[in-house]
Amino acid sequence: MSVCTSRCEAMACVTQDDIAALDRRIVLAAQAGLPLEARPYHWLADELGVDPETLMQCLRVMQADGRIRRIGVVPNHYRLGYTANAMTVWDVADADIREVGRQVGELDIVSHCYQRPRRPPDWPYNLFAMVHGHSREEVKAKVQQIAQLLGDRVRGYDVLFSTRILKKTGLRLAGG
Amino acid sequence: MDSLDRRIINQLQGGFPVCERPFREAAQRLGTTESELITRLRCMLDDGLLTRFGPLFHAEQLGGALSLCAMQVPHERFDTVAEQVNAFPQVAHNYQRDHAMNMWFVLATESAEELQQTIRAIERDTGLEVFNLPKQEEFYVGLHFQV
Repeated sequence: MSVCTSRCEAMACVTQDDIAALDRRIVLAAQAGLPLEARPYHWLADELGVDPETLMQCLRVMQADGRIRRIGVVPNHYRLGYTANAMTVWDVADADIREVGRQVGELDIVSHCYQRPRRPPDWPYNLFAMVHGHSREEVKAKVQQIAQLLGDRVRGYDVLFSTRILKKTGLRLAGG
Repeated sequence: MDSLDRRIINQLQGGFPVCERPFREAAQRLGTTESELITRLRCMLDDGLLTRFGPLFHAEQLGGALSLCAMQVPHERFDTVAEQVNAFPQVAHNYQRDHAMNMWFVLATESAEELQQTIRAIERDTGLEVFNLPKQEEFYVGLHFQV
């Protein structure tokens, strides 16, 4: 794990191990969310027993190096009316996957787009794109658009609608 | 949900500031007050319109491992297997999907070894094969829903 900050390092008594440990404690303390009070980072700093400025600087560094993707609200997309959510999966020749992946990822109807391994014979698909809509018909129409865009570069595809959320706790470190 | 709620959802899915009074700064951008923004967020969280508020961490960048896994679960055993799988704290999300491959879950662990151990433990508990489909390339993660 990379170290925290120039400011942290400037604190002579703090070792790199301490910094890595602080980063980990920040994740554990903040992964369930920030408190809804005027000075949420001060509250978090108190919880962790560190100076608020040090904590905020650590968060800024974690944002800059990508360990924090973003800070903000996470909407429940079902409650926002996006009730039809499909994982669309595509069998694309390995030679084409980067170009096709970029093209599909650029579509504004796709929220996530990844290459994943095939598991033949059960699972021939190597490109995954999440498509969301207000109805299954809307999603199916969007999938048709993707299929047309890709043309004969796609050997096969499938659309897996989610029918039930069995668990959704978000990513959590176990702690301890 | 009124227009301020919509602005909050549309404009605050990222970019929440890191400073002493972040709600005040964010509220100014949204054309409201610090206390109103806090009240709105609390209401939308309580109401379930928002699932959480805070930093979204990147598991792999933190040194952890993340993977999407799939299983073909016989229908008559589906709920039992769902309970067995969900009992693992490493299972972050789990969705039922209408396909022969009908259970899809995300595993998030602190190490690659723990990921493999968890997969083996799920296979042992359920007697079913787990198809491990880790991300090889990320082309896009938008995560932005417009209302």
